[in-house]
Amino acid sequence: MLKIEGLKVSVEGKEVLRGIDLEVPAGEVHAIMGPNGSGKSTLGYVLAGREGYEVTAGSVTFRGRDLLAMEPEERAAAGLFLAFQYPVELPGVGNANFLRQALNAVRRARGEAELDAVQFLKLVRGKVKALGMTEEMLKRAVNVGYSGGEKKRNEILQMAILEPAFCILDETDSGLDIDALKIVAEGVNALRSSDRGMLVITHYQRLLDYIVPDRVHVLLAGRIVQSGGPELARALEAKGYGELQAAA
Amino acid sequence: MPAATNTLETVRSVTEGGYRWGFETAIEQELIPKGLDEAVIRLISAKKEEPAWLLEWRLKAFRAWQSMEEPRWAAVRYPPIDYQNLHYYAAPKQKTRPKSLDEVDPELLRTYEKLGIPLREQEQLAGVAVDAVFDSVSVATTFKEKLAEAGVIFCSFSEAVREHPDLVRRWLGTVVPPSDNYFAALNSAVFSDGSFVFVPKGVRCPMELSTYFRINARNTGQFERTLIVAEEGSYVSYLEGCTAPQRDENQLHAAVVELVALDEATIKYSTVQNWYPGDAKGRGGIYNFVTKRGACRGAKSKISWTQVETGSAITWKYPSCILQGEGSVGEFYSVAITNNRQQADTGTKMIHIGPRTRSTIVSKGISAGEGQNTYRGLVRILPKAQHARNFTQCDSLLIGDRCGAHTVPYIESRNPTARVEHEATTSRIAEDQLFYCRQRGMTEEEAVGLIVNGFAREVLKELPMEFAVEAQKLLAISLEGSVG
Repeated sequence: MLKIEGLKVSVEGKEVLRGIDLEVPAGEVHAIMGPNGSGKSTLGYVLAGREGYEVTAGSVTFRGRDLLAMEPEERAAAGLFLAFQYPVELPGVGNANFLRQALNAVRRARGEAELDAVQFLKLVRGKVKALGMTEEMLKRAVNVGYSGGEKKRNEILQMAILEPAFCILDETDSGLDIDALKIVAEGVNALRSSDRGMLVITHYQRLLDYIVPDRVHVLLAGRIVQSGGPELARALEAKGYGELQAAA
Repeated sequence: MPAATNTLETVRSVTEGGYRWGFETAIEQELIPKGLDEAVIRLISAKKEEPAWLLEWRLKAFRAWQSMEEPRWAAVRYPPIDYQNLHYYAAPKQKTRPKSLDEVDPELLRTYEKLGIPLREQEQLAGVAVDAVFDSVSVATTFKEKLAEAGVIFCSFSEAVREHPDLVRRWLGTVVPPSDNYFAALNSAVFSDGSFVFVPKGVRCPMELSTYFRINARNTGQFERTLIVAEEGSYVSYLEGCTAPQRDENQLHAAVVELVALDEATIKYSTVQNWYPGDAKGRGGIYNFVTKRGACRGAKSKISWTQVETGSAITWKYPSCILQGEGSVGEFYSVAITNNRQQADTGTKMIHIGPRTRSTIVSKGISAGEGQNTYRGLVRILPKAQHARNFTQCDSLLIGDRCGAHTVPYIESRNPTARVEHEATTSRIAEDQLFYCRQRGMTEEEAVGLIVNGFAREVLKELPMEFAVEAQKLLAISLEGSVG
């Protein structure tokens, strides 16, 4: 579903990703682990098409298409979703309104009919409840005045509503207490399916206790230095990144 | 940062959007010759079969205007206006005054339909009565009978002069005197039509009232006059909309609006101003030089202005409240967009005369392209205004790096018990906000529209519901091409 080959990326002249090879087939959840500054978030942003990241080599194929040639909204329409590490505030923009506009943009791109306000509310109500959110949060401005946990839940809510083919979760566990983490993980697990791929970016193994990955990759200084099954995450938790860093 | 540069490029291209109301109606016109002198004023007055007192009133205003100077203090620039090179009266040719819509020229009805304002009552939004003003005259007013049952008078200004001369004579010019300022004096001399509303004591007007102004004729000034009187304990909500054809030359629009609210009366006055703004190079567009003022004469009366200003090449207007009655309330909610070469100098005046008077000002300025947007507001507290309060919030949003936003507040307090607060912010649409929206599937234009509407939300929510959706779309359309 997602195939990254020899990807090198620079930010303001500095090489941050130094040759990434990674393939995530449909139905699998892969975790990217690594210490701060290893290039984890850069990978997420590059895949989503954020400006300011210069691809100097390599390619990314997403569902058979050249992902890097697409605009951010085209990538979204093609089914790529990024749950932000730091969700952005949109003052005055009602959360429900934002969600509906996003959903209808994606539906238009897929050639599906847009939902009116009534149909949309019906859809959104059930998902809100499942994520332990209140309907009141739909009325508030997007991410404005939300707690850290609320912001992360809101990202998962968007994901649940947009039903993307591929989800990238960028440090979704940061800033969550254990209860919130469980709720978020349940939300993510509910979306696991044989036709959906996921890339879970995290610093800690904790999240992976709840979202158990099929594969774990360790990112260090812009390179994947080790790959393995879920047991790799637990080994890392025990030993830390130090040993690998020394080896690299 | 490459990111920032790209956003600016995007924003730059939004400005090339088209004006969707720019068509011209092919209709036979009655046009009086260009130029302005006493004979022209007599001619206008005669055409409207006005009483002698009104002609005298006009002539007095004209003489005052001749001795006045065009104001130059606003932060707007335009070449000198040749007042002798304008037509002061243009009207669709009609043999007799139409008694019903069936007698109105179908071409005119089609024009309003095209603008989204069907005049046949059964086709209309339920609960909205419309007065349609085309160039210098009112062509139709709907739901008049239904309103009359409630005792509400809603008609064109000309009709009010004919049918309710005493009311007009009693209130005309009592809020904006004929010699108030240069453009008000000009309007008083040559005004041709507009709307008149009278809501008697204790009546809550059963529907939204609205006037739709359309400038069609070339080289013609539009000078309409609106007068709304709300007697004790009454309520009325009124909305005006404005559009004009797309032309290369500038056109002058100098209106006067007067509101009077007696004891415990409330007037809610909303404007969606979408006159032709000119093209991306600054050719053409309306000069919108308007005087709007409301007098809260009675105790606990309330006047609320809401304006969405997206059109006009130049906007010069300051809807104001004279807060005379004890405990009266004035509000001003404004969204002004300037895109391309548009210039807006707009704001309000809140004059606190009576004790415990309160005012709220919320101004949202959005500048894109090379637009220049100035908020100019005066809060004046007079010595007897014990415990008067004002809250002012001015926010500016900049899109791109070639536009400007300016805030010019004047605060004069002559009563130590008064409390005046002023907050101002200036911000830009952040690159991460655009990216966030685009990652969720929206185009850059949709994202800008959404963010701008969010910025303006506090004002938009003050609009009558029937129009709020339209206004939101209008904001997005006005910024089309400011990102690309």
